[in-house]
Amino acid sequence: MLPALIFVILVTQIPFAITIVISFMKWNAAYPDDISFGTVANYVTVFTDADLLRAVFVTVGLTVSVVLVSAVLGLAIALLLDRKFIGRGLVRTLMITPFLIVPVAAALLFKHAIFNPSYGLVNGLLTTVFGENAPQPDLMSTYPLLGIGIVLVWQWTPFMMLIMLAGLQSRPLDVYEAALVDGAGPGQTFRFITLPHLRRYIELAALLGTIYIVQNFDTVFTMTSGGLGTANLPYVIYQEFFVAQDYGVASAVGVIVVIASLIIATFALRTASTLLKEENS
Amino acid sequence: MSTRDLTASPGASDPAGANRSGQKAGASRRPGQRRIGKVLLGLLAWIIGILFVSPLLWMLVTSLHAETDASTNPPSFFAPLTLDSYANFFGGSSGANPWPFLINSAVAAIVSTLIVLVLSTLAAYALAIRRIKRWSDVLFFLLSTKMLPMVAGLLPVYLVAQMFGILDTWLLLIIIYSAMNMPIAVWMMRSFLAEVPVEVLEAAELDGARLPRVFMKILLPLTAPGLAATALICFIFSWNELLFANVLTSTAASTAPVFLTSFVTSQGLFLSQVCAASLIISVPVLVAGIAAQDKLVQGLSMGAVK
Repeated sequence: MLPALIFVILVTQIPFAITIVISFMKWNAAYPDDISFGTVANYVTVFTDADLLRAVFVTVGLTVSVVLVSAVLGLAIALLLDRKFIGRGLVRTLMITPFLIVPVAAALLFKHAIFNPSYGLVNGLLTTVFGENAPQPDLMSTYPLLGIGIVLVWQWTPFMMLIMLAGLQSRPLDVYEAALVDGAGPGQTFRFITLPHLRRYIELAALLGTIYIVQNFDTVFTMTSGGLGTANLPYVIYQEFFVAQDYGVASAVGVIVVIASLIIATFALRTASTLLKEENS
Repeated sequence: MSTRDLTASPGASDPAGANRSGQKAGASRRPGQRRIGKVLLGLLAWIIGILFVSPLLWMLVTSLHAETDASTNPPSFFAPLTLDSYANFFGGSSGANPWPFLINSAVAAIVSTLIVLVLSTLAAYALAIRRIKRWSDVLFFLLSTKMLPMVAGLLPVYLVAQMFGILDTWLLLIIIYSAMNMPIAVWMMRSFLAEVPVEVLEAAELDGARLPRVFMKILLPLTAPGLAATALICFIFSWNELLFANVLTSTAASTAPVFLTSFVTSQGLFLSQVCAASLIISVPVLVAGIAAQDKLVQGLSMGAVK
């Protein structure tokens, strides 16, 4: 067991420690002679810079809305797929394919082939249906965050659906039989049996989704390159580090993202641990 | 009413639990109405499934059109099909040759997956079967590392790699991807090993089988499907990864997603080509994901959900 543990600590934990140290340093790669330790200037920059603050709001807004929409859609679709119908397995496979597209490829597809204002599929279909004078919106210029959100919902709904479906299929049968005997209607059964049973699965799906989507870099990078006010925190870290080469500020943003993730992770770990305990009992 | 309904309920006749919803349709409604409702809901599921897959179908259709047919408004759905874009992609006629990128991705993903499998199986053995002290603490520590954003460790990784002179190498990507996937793999393998009946292991021990023999003869055959699913999921995550590959490689070890980013700012007639490239680079993930779909949920939820 030790090799795996040591390896993980070396490659994932040590860098975080170094990040914390660097976040208190004045260090810009463009000025290699001017490096010093013991400053909170980076944090002051993070909390006063309008762009960085905006990135915080973009990250929170994007994550919350994508998680909410894809969790609701995922639950609805999981309920549909929990019934028996012709080709159920095939529909399930169709449903998960969006999740199995390389994220960069998915973002490129939507950016160029679907949302492009002059030859994308959306505007093309509008022309097909409404003729020459059809409205031709340019989503990626007017609502770029909505565009990014749609791609993320498209890719993450299958993830939510898979977890909810696993939850639905682990329901104890006898409770439903008892409810039927007691004359409970479908609405009541859903409200008082299905939802309470699913609660922890919904929580887990939402929390894991949050953890993955907070870290999203690929979609933002590909669709807007952080332009038009769409830069989220991971993109800002990338930009401060790779483009602006301000190692101190990049690390300070990193520390803040880690703290925020830790708060979410605490809840996620608690949910995972209840499921683990149930499995062992 | 209870006896009749219970025996008639699909759930009772279907212990796998594939269909429990028949009960919810309500005993009060007439059977005909119920059947129509069922058919409509099945139809709805089909429509949603097709809706979700339609962007991909559009990707496929566009990749099979000539560039001039790919970027028309209104769209030319029924334009003649051609493999030109695929030929261009592999011929590298419009830019970089994709093979080095695909090979780099394959090496980084496959080698890191193999390393993860060996180390995580050993760790999972200690956690699930040996039940070392504080095993659940170890598990949750591993899980918590997965919840921290990797991007926050990007700069130190870059600096240390620079120090060791391994920037832009396979070795660096393999190290990063192995560490990235290790927690998921340990969680998955632990849950698979935990399902191995204790009696089997005890019997082997009584027969005096040593650890390597127990692994080869008992554990690996019994957990083979789980091992395969774990491998596929690690492969998917490594193959998809962009951020680290983008920052830590420049020319020699750049991966397929990095290759795709060259299309980010493309202009002009390239739509068919970008769809062909996206599709080809996604094929390994699609194949791996559909093959592992039954265990996908377990991997994505880090073993918390079966």
